[in-house]
Amino acid sequence: MPYELISGCQAAAIAVQRAGVDLVAAYPITPQTAIVETLANFEAKGELGGEFVSVESEYSALSCCNGAVAAGARVFTATSSHGLAYMHEMIQWCSGARFPIVMVNVNRAVGAPWVLDPDQGDSLSQRDTGWMQIYCANAQEVFDTVLQAFMLSEELLLPSLVVFDGFYISHTYEPVDVPEVEKVREFIGPPQFQAQVEPGVQANLHGLSKGETQLQLVRRRHEDMLRAPQVFTAINEKFYRVFGRSYKTVDATIPEGSKTAFLAAGSTAETVKWFLPELKGCGLIQLRMFRPFPGDELGRIVEEQGLERLIIVDRNCSTGTGGYFAQEVRAALYGLTVRPVIQDLLLAGGIDLTKDILAGAAEKSPGDKLVDQEWGVELK
Amino acid sequence: MKITDYSIENELMYSGHNACPGCGGALTVRYLTRALGPNMALAITASCWSIIAGAPPLTALKCPILHCPFPSAGAVGSGLRRGLNAKGHYDTTVVVLAGDGGTFDIGLQALSGAAQRNEDYIFICYDNEAYMNTGMQTSSATPFGARTSTRPYPLFKHGQKKDIMRIMAAHGIPYAATASLAFPQDMENKLKKAQGIKGFRFMHVLSPCPPGWGTDSSETIHLSRLAVFTNFYPLYEIINGEQWQMTYYPEKTRTPLKEYLEAQRRFRQVDEMTIEALQEEVDRDWEGLLKRVNSSGETK
Repeated sequence: MPYELISGCQAAAIAVQRAGVDLVAAYPITPQTAIVETLANFEAKGELGGEFVSVESEYSALSCCNGAVAAGARVFTATSSHGLAYMHEMIQWCSGARFPIVMVNVNRAVGAPWVLDPDQGDSLSQRDTGWMQIYCANAQEVFDTVLQAFMLSEELLLPSLVVFDGFYISHTYEPVDVPEVEKVREFIGPPQFQAQVEPGVQANLHGLSKGETQLQLVRRRHEDMLRAPQVFTAINEKFYRVFGRSYKTVDATIPEGSKTAFLAAGSTAETVKWFLPELKGCGLIQLRMFRPFPGDELGRIVEEQGLERLIIVDRNCSTGTGGYFAQEVRAALYGLTVRPVIQDLLLAGGIDLTKDILAGAAEKSPGDKLVDQEWGVELK
Repeated sequence: MKITDYSIENELMYSGHNACPGCGGALTVRYLTRALGPNMALAITASCWSIIAGAPPLTALKCPILHCPFPSAGAVGSGLRRGLNAKGHYDTTVVVLAGDGGTFDIGLQALSGAAQRNEDYIFICYDNEAYMNTGMQTSSATPFGARTSTRPYPLFKHGQKKDIMRIMAAHGIPYAATASLAFPQDMENKLKKAQGIKGFRFMHVLSPCPPGWGTDSSETIHLSRLAVFTNFYPLYEIINGEQWQMTYYPEKTRTPLKEYLEAQRRFRQVDEMTIEALQEEVDRDWEGLLKRVNSSGETK
């Protein structure tokens, strides 16, 4: 297998080139920049296949993708933090218009103040915008997920956000299995969706509609998105046969007899996995898919393993409530007959997850005077 | 041009659209679709035309319309052009339609970006000089002296109307032009000329708005003509951002600005002194324009 030593950003960009896109429109922002640069280098070498447009803002990056995908083109963009926030209006428009756009977001805290560390609040705060969201824990997952996202989006006519942590993944070099262009293109094939704008065909696309029409559209979008886990599984079965790897929406590593599990998404899952042998009695649940939220699958894992406590690693905080993942997990598991205790470990600001933090959180056992929210570092 | 070319069968706009009677914006699109023909894709940003186009699946036009959010028009046009190219539709004319808000104000960034990249499409601004779709709020295209719902009587708009043509000229785009609904042949010529040019083309159309301007719906063409005759809205084109050429000199028809202002209720609170000041300003702008035309080496 052709392994290459590349960063997470490079993995994303190479995956886009391998998949074959008609148009990339992007605007640079740390820590996403290497994606833009790698794609521009492909264009310079005549290897991108499609066009690379250096637009004047993130808002225009997604708007440009919007115009091209409406004509039936396969498109890609990438951003981070403030860039994603700036796109917010277009993000909602794209899912409403059922445009199968693939975007990468490299997690970075949103200011004020200026922060570069990988708080996940930038992407998590876009959870209600109608985009599927998948969180990657290493560069190989980034590569594979970007490829799969094109298939997932084109099958469901919904946009996908592929997410990974700034620096921990974006700038760390790892060996990644990078298949040849021909092999990937044969697997993915050309764009699998109908153009909305067809010259000569009369159409009034996304014009002023009534609330009742919007209800129909919102319901269809919601129900289609709920099919994502099933489509994701089917894609991964095919992917496994060709590339020898596959992924689940939620993955669990629970050592025999463990009643406590950390739940993490992105690079924090990889960190927990690394320390797992030293965290006696603890397992790991890695959340890959966040939208749609794979609540049923999570509930099944908790019940099957008889988990009594979940420690949610939230490298984010929804001010006034707490961690996004904890909120979602609490809601998803509410219907279980026996609910696990949920402890929210808040690493807002994108702070580093150390063994001490993990061990400290694991030390508290159910029945102790348990705080349901605790912070990775104390206030000074 | 034969008279039969103007028959109703050749119109690409349906009757029964949602515009107010006498809408300049509706006429602008009727003229532009007729001039550019059916092989056209139109991106429309938030504006009166978001309503005029009708409620899907109904439509006011015989070509595909792609609606898009307010600030996005310039970039959506870029994507649409490139997406159609990717699908082999090289001969389809891409037009972006925006009001003055979507051009002068909230859309300026994406417009400037697209113009600077010399994207291959036509950007049409139908300028009714305020946010008319939301009820006549001031925009940076509102002329000095006009009353709006955010500058209500006895207030009125202070500050100049933004000179969008000079901004576009500064981008060095291949073609930019002003057009008037009272000069449909001139407008058609410019549209066809624009269609034959590659790169970014910009057209500005003054589009009277009867409810917003406080005029009778039958006055739209008359006002469009007065705007040209008073030098308030000269007709010209700019090639490559540097060659300015007049397409109409109102020498024999020159009319005092006062007549144009007094025909509209939105200027009713403007006093004689202000009218004089506005006349001076129009004269100054006209002289400036002539200077640019003359230094371009073009003769009358």
